[in-house]
Amino acid sequence: MLNRTVKAAVVVMAGALALAACGTNKTESGGGGSASCDTSKGTLTIGVIAPLTGSLAALGLGIQHSAELAVAEANDKCTVKGYKLNLDAEDDTATPQVGAQAATKLSSDNTVVGVVGTLNSSVAQTVQPILAGKKVVQISPANTNPSLTKGTDLTNPKRQFPTYFRVCTTDNYQGPDAADYLVKKSGKKKIAVIQDGKTYGAGLAAAFSDRATTDGATIVDKEQVGEKDTDFSGVLTKVKAASPDAIYYGGEYPVAGPLSKQAAALGLNIPVMGGDGIFDPKYIDLGGKEGDLATSVGAPVESLDSAKDFVKAYQAKGYKDPYAAYGAFSYDAANAIISSLATTLGDSGTWSDSLRDKLISNVGSYKGQGATGAVAFDQYGDSTNKVLTVYQVTGKEWKPVQTGAFEG
Amino acid sequence: MATLLQQIVNGLIFGGLIAMVALGYTMVYGIIQLINFAHGEIFMTGAFGGLAVYTWLLPAEAQKIWYVALPAMMVGGAIVSLVVALLMERLAYRPLRNAPRLAPLITALGVSVFLQELTRIVYPGANSAVPFPNVFSAAPVHIGSITIPSSGLLMLVVSVVLSVVLQTYVNRSRMGRAMRATAQDPDTSRLMGINPDRVIVLTFGIGAVLAGIGGVLYGTYINNVDPYIGFQNGLFAFAAAVLGGIGSIRGAVIGAFVIGLIKNIADIYLPGGTAYDYVWIFILLIAVLVFRPQGLFGEVERVRA
Repeated sequence: MLNRTVKAAVVVMAGALALAACGTNKTESGGGGSASCDTSKGTLTIGVIAPLTGSLAALGLGIQHSAELAVAEANDKCTVKGYKLNLDAEDDTATPQVGAQAATKLSSDNTVVGVVGTLNSSVAQTVQPILAGKKVVQISPANTNPSLTKGTDLTNPKRQFPTYFRVCTTDNYQGPDAADYLVKKSGKKKIAVIQDGKTYGAGLAAAFSDRATTDGATIVDKEQVGEKDTDFSGVLTKVKAASPDAIYYGGEYPVAGPLSKQAAALGLNIPVMGGDGIFDPKYIDLGGKEGDLATSVGAPVESLDSAKDFVKAYQAKGYKDPYAAYGAFSYDAANAIISSLATTLGDSGTWSDSLRDKLISNVGSYKGQGATGAVAFDQYGDSTNKVLTVYQVTGKEWKPVQTGAFEG
Repeated sequence: MATLLQQIVNGLIFGGLIAMVALGYTMVYGIIQLINFAHGEIFMTGAFGGLAVYTWLLPAEAQKIWYVALPAMMVGGAIVSLVVALLMERLAYRPLRNAPRLAPLITALGVSVFLQELTRIVYPGANSAVPFPNVFSAAPVHIGSITIPSSGLLMLVVSVVLSVVLQTYVNRSRMGRAMRATAQDPDTSRLMGINPDRVIVLTFGIGAVLAGIGGVLYGTYINNVDPYIGFQNGLFAFAAAVLGGIGSIRGAVIGAFVIGLIKNIADIYLPGGTAYDYVWIFILLIAVLVFRPQGLFGEVERVRA
């Protein structure tokens, strides 16, 4: 009997330890330099919802650390008077249900002033209403699906959630930009379109297909793959039968990299092009081949004067993971929240839920110079920054080949 | 026509992969009526085991010689899978040997998630997909207009050979007879001097070795692995085992090839194309189960005293 009690106690203790470990792991304090600032009113929290584990973790960890950097800098500079800022990063594993749990957790904590996230448009769909219900402002560094701000009917746009903003441009610019480059500049006329059936991939592929057709190309084949698939021989055999001269893929790099490699193995030596979801070094590790193309939001971070300070500060912090495709956007998103919060509170304000409306309207009218350029939002909550860059795999690296604001 | 032939080849390769995993499902079920949902993860750990052997144990010269590297990786993957499977059997399933059937089933799901997350945390870089070297010949085989990846062909050949060896072993050897006896009636076989625990361990072990070798060949063919590859492939393998008649070795292999072929032929000929190929697999599965609930080669469930 005693034996059994001891066993149960050991199990309970082990569980408690594991929980404690998770707790300390997830809530990271935003830097130490706050000693000189007045933090007498307590702590406010910036939430992050991004995939910190799973196949898209490379992107999510870049988002988390960049937001951490913004929080640490704000603490050093005493940006928010009377408060210390904290970061609470929640893992959404790139899954809508898990994202909803993260959003519920963050929105029930009344010190959470705003949330940076999500990475995936499909996750944003479940996160948006939860945060909006509690009037928690949300700025996404990476959601590019247009319906998140304007609704599904783009000819008759209607703002979806007053709390939702994003600092990156959308797929109704990104898709056409890719189509213009592939059809007009590279002269590809027979294009096969493959997508993964998710909100982001399907939307991007549709935006691309429309513009490519207008530009004079023919979509010779349309296919869909599963998000967890790894063997694409079936899909690619069908694509090959349509003899395209390029493949456009709507989706993310865990599928796109192997897909490009398997296409080449089947004798399809044509470029694969995709959107910001495949623009990651991991794409090349997983099989992305020379000559493959990707569009991504914003100008190349390394080329922007405005981003140099960000890159330097990020590297000085010595984060384990690179800032990846959305780091600079995440940094700008966090700064937009922090700076709007400082405006809302002023010199002597005290945070309470009644200030949330004011914070939302301050984010809406926020104008700043961020790492990715000028940061501001239009009446739908979309970024006014419509700069897109086309990258190509050259010498096992993504190299920018064209940067410009998309004009329509 | 060329497209059809190519799809048949693709289907056979996929079927070969699924067969190696399905054998483990079907054998374990045959002996202890446990649907071991963690078996897909045994396959996954085998792939990571092979990759670990390649990365840390093989000297650089040996990495380039496929007939040294590949067998070493297959042995390494099989050993890792074997150890994981035996630990799983000893720690998770044996304590539940006489519990209601639902308990080990739920445990299997738990073990599955545990192994996925453990691999993700323990293996360096496994937070996302890890590139896997193609140690076998990278040059594809061309027959007419059909392209067959060499590593895929190898997977198919190894799978068929191992299935035949296994079938012979179970039908001819002394231990094989013990396995069949335990499957038929564990209590009587114990009276006949068979140690059921030994038979069960052996069954888990054989299934794990096959899955481990399958994992390494899968990595060589697909060229990247992540901790979640066991889930989807395990699901197809389970479907193959049920389609062929769970408990039957021949059934699992044939079920796997049927699933591979249906998937790839649905891509070109059935409505919905590539977006609906999985739907057709499971429609077929349901159709077979409606008319033959025991599967294609399965035996009607025996009533046990």
